Amino acid sequence: MSDAVHTDILVRPPGIASRLAASFRTALRKLGHEPLGLAGFVILALLCLVAIFAPLLAPFDPITQDLGNALQAPSWTHMAGTDEFGRDILSRLIYGTRITIQTVLSVSVIVGPLGLIIGVVAGYFGGRTDALLMRATDIVLSFPSLILALAFAAALGAGLNTAIIAISLTGWPPIARLARAEALVVRNTDYVAAARLYGASPLRILFRYIAPMCIPSVIVRLTLNMAGIILTAASLGFLGLGAQPPAPEWGAMISSGRKFMLDNWWVAVMPGLAILITSLAFNIAGDALRDILDPRHARS
Amino acid sequence: MKELSVSELGKRILQLIVSLFILLCVTFVIGRVLPADPVGAIVGELADPATLAAMRSKLGLDLPLYQQFFVYLTGLVHGDFGNAILTGNPVAADMKLAFPATLELATLAVIISTFLGVPLGLIAALFRDTFIDKFIRVIALVGHSIPVFWFGIVGLVIFYAGLNWAGGPGRVDVFYEGMVTPQTGLLLVDSLLQGETEIFWNALSHIILPALILAYAAMAYITRMTRSFTLEQLNQDYVIAARAKGVRPMRTLTGHILPNIAVQLITVLAISYGGLLEGAVVTEIVFSWPGIGQYMTNALMIGDMNAVLAGTIIIGFVFMLLNFLADVAYALLDPRTREATI
Repeated sequence: MSDAVHTDILVRPPGIASRLAASFRTALRKLGHEPLGLAGFVILALLCLVAIFAPLLAPFDPITQDLGNALQAPSWTHMAGTDEFGRDILSRLIYGTRITIQTVLSVSVIVGPLGLIIGVVAGYFGGRTDALLMRATDIVLSFPSLILALAFAAALGAGLNTAIIAISLTGWPPIARLARAEALVVRNTDYVAAARLYGASPLRILFRYIAPMCIPSVIVRLTLNMAGIILTAASLGFLGLGAQPPAPEWGAMISSGRKFMLDNWWVAVMPGLAILITSLAFNIAGDALRDILDPRHARS
Repeated sequence: MKELSVSELGKRILQLIVSLFILLCVTFVIGRVLPADPVGAIVGELADPATLAAMRSKLGLDLPLYQQFFVYLTGLVHGDFGNAILTGNPVAADMKLAFPATLELATLAVIISTFLGVPLGLIAALFRDTFIDKFIRVIALVGHSIPVFWFGIVGLVIFYAGLNWAGGPGRVDVFYEGMVTPQTGLLLVDSLLQGETEIFWNALSHIILPALILAYAAMAYITRMTRSFTLEQLNQDYVIAARAKGVRPMRTLTGHILPNIAVQLITVLAISYGGLLEGAVVTEIVFSWPGIGQYMTNALMIGDMNAVLAGTIIIGFVFMLLNFLADVAYALLDPRTREATI
């Protein structure tokens, strides 16, 4: 019977799911007092819906050309006008949300775990491991990320996947730093000491007791990063290094619209508005999330 | 204390050198290892095998990788970035012409963004949580979220094509081009040095729009950081003491708070400056600005990796140098960090 004392349950921190759910409930309650933050989340939710139901929402096909209808100004049939191939710009923007969300999620899925592992390992083990990993982090942090992504994408050949990899390569350091700072705090808590006391292996402590505690703040940081990811991806697309035509990538649409900017402003302006709104929504939502979940930032 | 700060400086310099070396390793991998067929990219896909082989040995691609890297490094140390496909000139010579243009644009932008961003941040902090604070926050957020290259296009459509307030693309009107012999390479400075006021005003009308647009994007970050630095200071005892003894609010701000946040601001400004250099790369193409950005973009279109990598290295180097200088300035100027290193 006395064995029961030694089971995991006594020292196990609350599960990720329950803590995320709790944070989420607090967040929802506090969001009521932050109309701006709420607006950001609503826009993001709408964007996800638009991406999922793109085929139902888009009034026209985003790829099929209709040269007879080229460069039509915005009207009731073509709310955002048509481009030089007569394609409905609104439909292309709607399909473009898929590319944007795919980029943002892919980069986050690569950068989040990578940064988390590097940061947690550095923070928990300390000493030389910490020094080495943090030096590497500092060095990557001092790289000009957009330029490096540009060079990578140029060497690997243009395409959405190379753009995603290129952005991810320089995107992990902020996450790693954050995860390290959190790990430094968590590793001194009683429950980690207890886990160590009853003989849990370092790896087990790392991934079951420390890493999960860092996840909420990593998620906040990822949300804040998403606006930057969107802008970098759009820049790469604008330079012809992102998704290739005829894919309706917003940055590439601006680039092709640039040729007509003086007479047909809407071709370049509309995709830019889409980028602006999306990245603004991510920034606002990330800000609100940080204020809500992190009491240390609430004062500033 | 002095000796310690010297060793601290040595550590920073070492870190800068290591970072630079790693940047060169990365560009080497990008330029020589990643492309499937760097030779084919130069001579074209239809070249016969003899030409291909000749080109391979001319580029040194038949050597083992570590030797290639050594050759590459030796070249870079001598300022040899290879030749550009588009112009046929050595890339280094092209860069010498292009870099001042980018530098001029980014410098003007960082000046503008400082003079807008710092006061806005101070105001936002003083009027914390009021309508003014929220308004400034929204302005800054939009600047943070806007794609600069797109904003450049919109700016050109409105202020050049529509209102004709700003000069159009390029550094000066075609009419004035080449009339100022480059001394510093900075057109605004050169034209003044040579007493060509007419050209100076023309160049100013051309640079102001791209500089303002870049500045707006950078301003967001500066405003935000100034605000949070100031808020930190406002709760400090010395501010309360100053207020209590009747120092006027404006005097508290300029005499007490600003000096205390100045050092932190230097770091922020250095980071913004680096960011502006990067931002300039995507913006220049919109304004036909003959800087590194346009040069790199044109090189990208034809897959000229020499030119792309040279731009990457130069901007990367300046970027790292700015980070380094900011760190050093921080350590030198802030008495608090100085005491911490004793």
